[in-house]
Amino acid sequence: MAIDAATVRRVAKLARIAEPEERLEPLAQELSAILDWIEQLDEVDTDGVEPMTSAVAAALPMREDVVTDGQKRDAVLSNAPRQADGFFVVPKVVE
Amino acid sequence: MAELTELTLKAALDGLAAKDFSAEELARAHLEAIEAANPQLNAFVLTTPEAALEGARRSDARRARGEAGPLEGAALGVKDLFATEGVRTTAASRILGDFKPPYESTVTANLWRDGAVMLGKLNLDEFAMGSSNETSAFGPVVNPWKGRGSNQALTPGGSSGGSAAAVAADLCLGATATDTGGSIRQPAAFTGTVGIKPTYGRCSRFGIVAFASSLDQAGPIAKTVEDAALLLRSMAGHDPKDSTSLPVETPDFAAAVQRSVKGLRIGVPEEYRLDGMAPEIAAMWDQGIAWLKDAGCEIRSVRLPHTRYALPAYYIVAPAEASSNLARYDGMRFGYRGEGRSLSEVYEATRGEGFGAEVKRRILIGAYVLSAGYYDAYYLKAQKVRRRIVQDFETAFQEVDALLTPTAPSAAFGLGERVADPIAMYLNDVFTVTTNLAGLPGLSLPAALDAQGLPLGLQVIGRALDEETVFAVAGALEKAAGFRAKPERWWA
Repeated sequence: MAIDAATVRRVAKLARIAEPEERLEPLAQELSAILDWIEQLDEVDTDGVEPMTSAVAAALPMREDVVTDGQKRDAVLSNAPRQADGFFVVPKVVE
Repeated sequence: MAELTELTLKAALDGLAAKDFSAEELARAHLEAIEAANPQLNAFVLTTPEAALEGARRSDARRARGEAGPLEGAALGVKDLFATEGVRTTAASRILGDFKPPYESTVTANLWRDGAVMLGKLNLDEFAMGSSNETSAFGPVVNPWKGRGSNQALTPGGSSGGSAAAVAADLCLGATATDTGGSIRQPAAFTGTVGIKPTYGRCSRFGIVAFASSLDQAGPIAKTVEDAALLLRSMAGHDPKDSTSLPVETPDFAAAVQRSVKGLRIGVPEEYRLDGMAPEIAAMWDQGIAWLKDAGCEIRSVRLPHTRYALPAYYIVAPAEASSNLARYDGMRFGYRGEGRSLSEVYEATRGEGFGAEVKRRILIGAYVLSAGYYDAYYLKAQKVRRRIVQDFETAFQEVDALLTPTAPSAAFGLGERVADPIAMYLNDVFTVTTNLAGLPGLSLPAALDAQGLPLGLQVIGRALDEETVFAVAGALEKAAGFRAKPERWWA
């Protein structure tokens, strides 16, 4: 099941990564080679096997629903590419 | 007395306790070694000399007050994947720019709590995605080891190549590292150092830049098995800030190194004997088996039939998790921001320009295998195969107490030799990736030199939360191997 350039364009869009047009075809070939190699998994009989979703068999711990952190506006903003008046400055999203 | 930088961590701690030298002298010796070596080795991406010397002086003061911690005065390096408060943390990616975390990772905080001193941040593959350190935005680390009579620059392995190279070249007494598919153990094998990936959940992931959350684990790279045990004891421990951190006591790993291995049952997995395995790797493995037999272990052949499917399963699970984890790099709140006319264009420019080629490749694979219509065929299938791999280990560990394997299928290879072929690069992790999928502890230690004079590593794999047996077996192997070789200091 090879990936073509159109699929790369679609997936790159989903992943929000700009890929120049001339990179789509080489990427399609690279990704197809990797996926072809991955397809050997089809040989494994996994009927009735429960998918593994956690590396450890431990229940997720619960805690009290209380505030444990906060009041760190300046620390949160300290790495912002752009900020003003205590807010992140982002491109306009509403026309 | 040997140079201070040539000491093991244990010897340095003993020397500090005996007041043979101060933490400040120890830090200064390492900073000078880094300054001389780093232009050639590129192991550190940032050094923090003032903070290191000031921290060392505070350490000396604590010792003078009788408040010395278990790692008091130890001069360490930190893989640049651990958030260090106020100190630039990049994951070796352009996209993090000059990110200065306003918080400290739990693992490094634990080391400072125990008295250790940070020398600087260590190079790695970008976002820990790579096996040769060549995907770093800072350029590759160069392995301190060279083939006999050769001047070719070799990879130190990856992703923790900076950590491994710095320890091998005596630029620090030990280093933090992380391992998602082999990123501690393969570089340790390539540089003649010791590295352990503990059981998943042993070390907190809080403050470690996330790659694949169900696989990532922190661990040390060190000069000896005992040094690795001392470092891991400080790094590990339950942390409420990581919900997958296990609420268990941390044992005295260094005591376990001295334990007798007499009567232990050691499994040798037949499936790891790959067709066309390098004869020197096979010979080293056989030698390791003989050493353990001599030490009184019982050797048993075991089957792990799904081994060959571990890497393909990993290359679905890890990229899928990475594509989700790396969605946070959108250029809005921290790091690099690209230019564009709309929000979408800014996102795409930020990520297109900020991520390197291998990271983008993995994000695209991850996004693809998670996308509508392919989820069941790829992601769900991989999670089922992952369960099969775990079941293989469960069956084997009913009969044996630990497993012995080679760490990597080859010695260190030349920089540039494998970059063009992603799958050839991925195959470096064929012996290590299984334990990440199963969450088990795995340790690599140097066992022999190949014909070119390059180090080769043996791997010991244990049951979940049984690092003590792993350390005991590694201690016995280290004693038998008597590996003392060091790279020639061509860089200084």
